[in-house]
Amino acid sequence: MTALVIAEHDNASIKGATLNTVTAAAATGGEVHVLVAGHNAGAAAAAAAQIAGVTKVLHADSAALAEGLAENVAAQVIALASGYSHLLFPATAAGKNVAPRVAALLDVAQLSDVTKVISADTFERPIYAGNAIATVQSGDATKVLTVRTTGFDPAAASGGSATVETVAAAADSGKSSFVGREVTKSDRPELTAAKIIVSGGRALGSNDKFMEVLTPLADKLGAALGASRAAVDAGYAPNDWQVGQTGKIVAPQLYIAAGISGAIQHLAGMKDSKVIVAINKDAEAPIFSVADYGLEADLFVAVPELVAAL
Amino acid sequence: MKVLVPVKRVVDYNVKVRVKSDGTGVDIANVKMSMNPFDEIAVEEAVRLKEKGAVTEVIAVSCGVTQCQETLRTAMAIGADRAILVETPADIELQPLAVAKLLKALVDKEGPSLVILGKQAIDDDCNQTGQMLAALTGMPQGTFASKVEIAGDKVTVTREVDGGLETVSLSLPAVVTTDLRLNEPRYVTLPNIMKAKKKQLDIIKPADLGVDVTPRIKTLKVSEPPKRGAGVKVPDVATLVAKLKNEAKVI
Repeated sequence: MTALVIAEHDNASIKGATLNTVTAAAATGGEVHVLVAGHNAGAAAAAAAQIAGVTKVLHADSAALAEGLAENVAAQVIALASGYSHLLFPATAAGKNVAPRVAALLDVAQLSDVTKVISADTFERPIYAGNAIATVQSGDATKVLTVRTTGFDPAAASGGSATVETVAAAADSGKSSFVGREVTKSDRPELTAAKIIVSGGRALGSNDKFMEVLTPLADKLGAALGASRAAVDAGYAPNDWQVGQTGKIVAPQLYIAAGISGAIQHLAGMKDSKVIVAINKDAEAPIFSVADYGLEADLFVAVPELVAAL
Repeated sequence: MKVLVPVKRVVDYNVKVRVKSDGTGVDIANVKMSMNPFDEIAVEEAVRLKEKGAVTEVIAVSCGVTQCQETLRTAMAIGADRAILVETPADIELQPLAVAKLLKALVDKEGPSLVILGKQAIDDDCNQTGQMLAALTGMPQGTFASKVEIAGDKVTVTREVDGGLETVSLSLPAVVTTDLRLNEPRYVTLPNIMKAKKKQLDIIKPADLGVDVTPRIKTLKVSEPPKRGAGVKVPDVATLVAKLKNEAKVI
């Protein structure tokens, strides 16, 4: 029984979500191998070999794999799948894109956003925006999972000594091609990995105010910036800052929600945070029901005061 | 060209669901049901493509119980031309792989150039069906779409990914799944609801399509998520900072 983790990487380095997925893979009880499918991704494969607990790294190199197109990556995984009992992907945009495609090609079900490994075939996963936790058992020969990274500690990025084995790259499907990428520039910690998150909602009123009020607080705390759907839809913050059922799922040490009412869909993305602070003028806002510390105040006054007090 | 739009009937997104005390599932008896929000976006996009002249026919499909007909009528009120219900018994939990197989059979029958689905259903939160359908039909996929443009025999899809946006070009036929920002679905108007009642709605069974819908994953138990301890309200910023430093020790 061996598990294969499909690494998320940018060809040069391994993304953090891969480390949490390795921990989940180890919990299924067997050896853990990692697949690095990319182009000129030798550095990423070498980094994967350093991850504690990984015994083998499979490295597939081809121009067709450079941008992680689902059609090509899925074909690559299928070519290797027969030797594995578990195929695990991080539940990121990339993992969610490919995992179901792999599962369907193997004619097996896929388990999404697994938060706990109970045994090799039994897992926990949240449903209904995190309002219920389902314990599910898979009867399939190969278990295909995506792993909710906040559910598992990251494996140590060093200390491992896996062998790197080059495997034949799958052919290009020829049905899809990569056109371009627009990356949101940010010097801040990555949202899903940040220890502290400062998040803003519709109450900020505009993009200028959002940045003007929340940036100093985030700077002071070394925090990542997040946003509610309302703030994103209104154009106050970029789409990929959205925290919630349909955005990022985060679980930082400290989550500060400023001007966020706390709709079910938002809570689904942050209620596993260790400490939640809510700053809101509305005493009845649902966010106060999950907040460890609630401050009923105008955020335009309270947030600058908070910056000054830190 | 034809577009197929699968839609799902789910618990309305505003309802706070309760877990049944016997741990067998969530209680959805007497709860308001609606079309899955991502599927509304999918129907809207298909109808907009038709209005632009890129598409000739929009077919809405739903798999599930008899009441899914209401969801299909809503899709037709938005602008879908006709609908198909693959009716399954209420006691069978339809899982994404089974739905993908039913849809694959319909794709083979109807021959659409594009299938537009929601990126995930807000009940099972799976985010699988579109990708699985693409795999089974051998089509390329454009998931989490925030922009869709058809030009000749290709569709260009801008996708919402971690860290920003990514654009891919896919050969038709293709599968696209919608993200929130793709469009703002229109409200259905009363005249359109009336018109939708006259549109064609075919009902078939999984057996007609030769698909076995037996669930592959067994739900052993459904439980409440752990409750958070009751929090406190603090009177001012100074108290908040003191609590965060001394009590919670997070800053």
